[in-house]
Amino acid sequence: MNGTLPYKTDFILSLADTTLILSQRNSEWCGHGPVLEQDIAITNISLDLLGQSRNFYQYAAELINNSSKEQGLKVSRPVGRFREADENTLAYLRKEREFKNLLLVEQANGDWAQTILRQFLFSQFQYVLFEQLQKSKDEQLVAIVTKALKEIAYHVRWSSEWLIRLGDGTEESHQRMVHAVDELWRYTGEMFIPAEYEKEAGIDFDLLKNEWNKKVTAIFDEATLTVPEKIFMQSGGKEGRHTEQLGFILAELQYMQRAYPNSEW
Amino acid sequence: MQTATIDKKTLYTYLEEIKDPEVPVLSIIDLGIVREVTINGDELEVIITPTYTGCPAMDLIAATIKIELATLGFKKVKVTTVLAPAWTTDWMTEEGKRKLKAYGIAPPNPKQHACSSHLFAEETVQCPQCNSYHTHRVSEFGSTACKSLYQCDDCKEPFDYFKCH
Repeated sequence: MNGTLPYKTDFILSLADTTLILSQRNSEWCGHGPVLEQDIAITNISLDLLGQSRNFYQYAAELINNSSKEQGLKVSRPVGRFREADENTLAYLRKEREFKNLLLVEQANGDWAQTILRQFLFSQFQYVLFEQLQKSKDEQLVAIVTKALKEIAYHVRWSSEWLIRLGDGTEESHQRMVHAVDELWRYTGEMFIPAEYEKEAGIDFDLLKNEWNKKVTAIFDEATLTVPEKIFMQSGGKEGRHTEQLGFILAELQYMQRAYPNSEW
Repeated sequence: MQTATIDKKTLYTYLEEIKDPEVPVLSIIDLGIVREVTINGDELEVIITPTYTGCPAMDLIAATIKIELATLGFKKVKVTTVLAPAWTTDWMTEEGKRKLKAYGIAPPNPKQHACSSHLFAEETVQCPQCNSYHTHRVSEFGSTACKSLYQCDDCKEPFDYFKCH
């Protein structure tokens, strides 16, 4: 048995879950954005993330189905043994504990400042992570992240500009950014703690953390915000231990498939 | 129609007829998303690549290719989506850029001039209506993933810009 395959599948699933959940969160802004152009912007980002998650789920499904064939269905499959995995079963039929997304992306939208900060912290992370994954030997993974990086470059720029605009804006916008940092910073720690399935993914987590810190600090400085030091960090998302937020997201996201299995439109 | 007699050139002229559902003046050839076409006996394979990963038009484009070619008598058509190499606006044909402008959408600037990661940087985009360069960006994100919103400061007309990618 190829011992690395389940690890690899879990790793691809974690990338899929994180992009799906943030896409779902951002999409809650649809029709509620502060102005029309920014409503369009956040939902565009949502669409980019959904596209990325579809690519990751499709790839994970391929890995799961291939390994099931090779192993005579002995490999544990996240969606029940009688159904082939595909992007839909992986997104709609897995339970909360099976989701491996980062805690950061499941946090509530809050106000615009909080949504901006969540996107900023994540996009900066995603950019440096995907740059590293571009050097992977896995061709399909390289293809997905290379494509995604072009889109992420826009997300990084858009969220950085907003961070500066709000942080270095009015007294109220600054205060709201400070509050957002208080709410969200504690969820950034786990990004740099490798999960079991990430240990063979060829990621240099120290380098990742340094590069992310450098980029985030530079923009925080420009936004007149302070990077928190020595605060308690939450973790567990990558292992399926989530905050109370995720269950509600999945209840909404998965409702149709749970209530009307296999429904299509 | 006998598939045995079809050549690539003819096949491309058929694909020229298939339009991007979001920008109906552009064919999928103009967009540069058809990467390869292979003819193997009576089997055809069309390889396409998405502009943006989340582009909702891709499923429709793939289905349209199958339907259009089936109507022409090709029964065994396979449409394969590839991600690498990643699509870039540089693959859009000159004809495509001309059509876009005539349709009222500013065509993408050449990538080496435009794709900048500098914050608060704005590309200079020519107004497709009055040709003025005196324009400003309203929003980096537009009505579809591939466009951003601009407005002309001279003729005041708002317009879409097919953004550099």
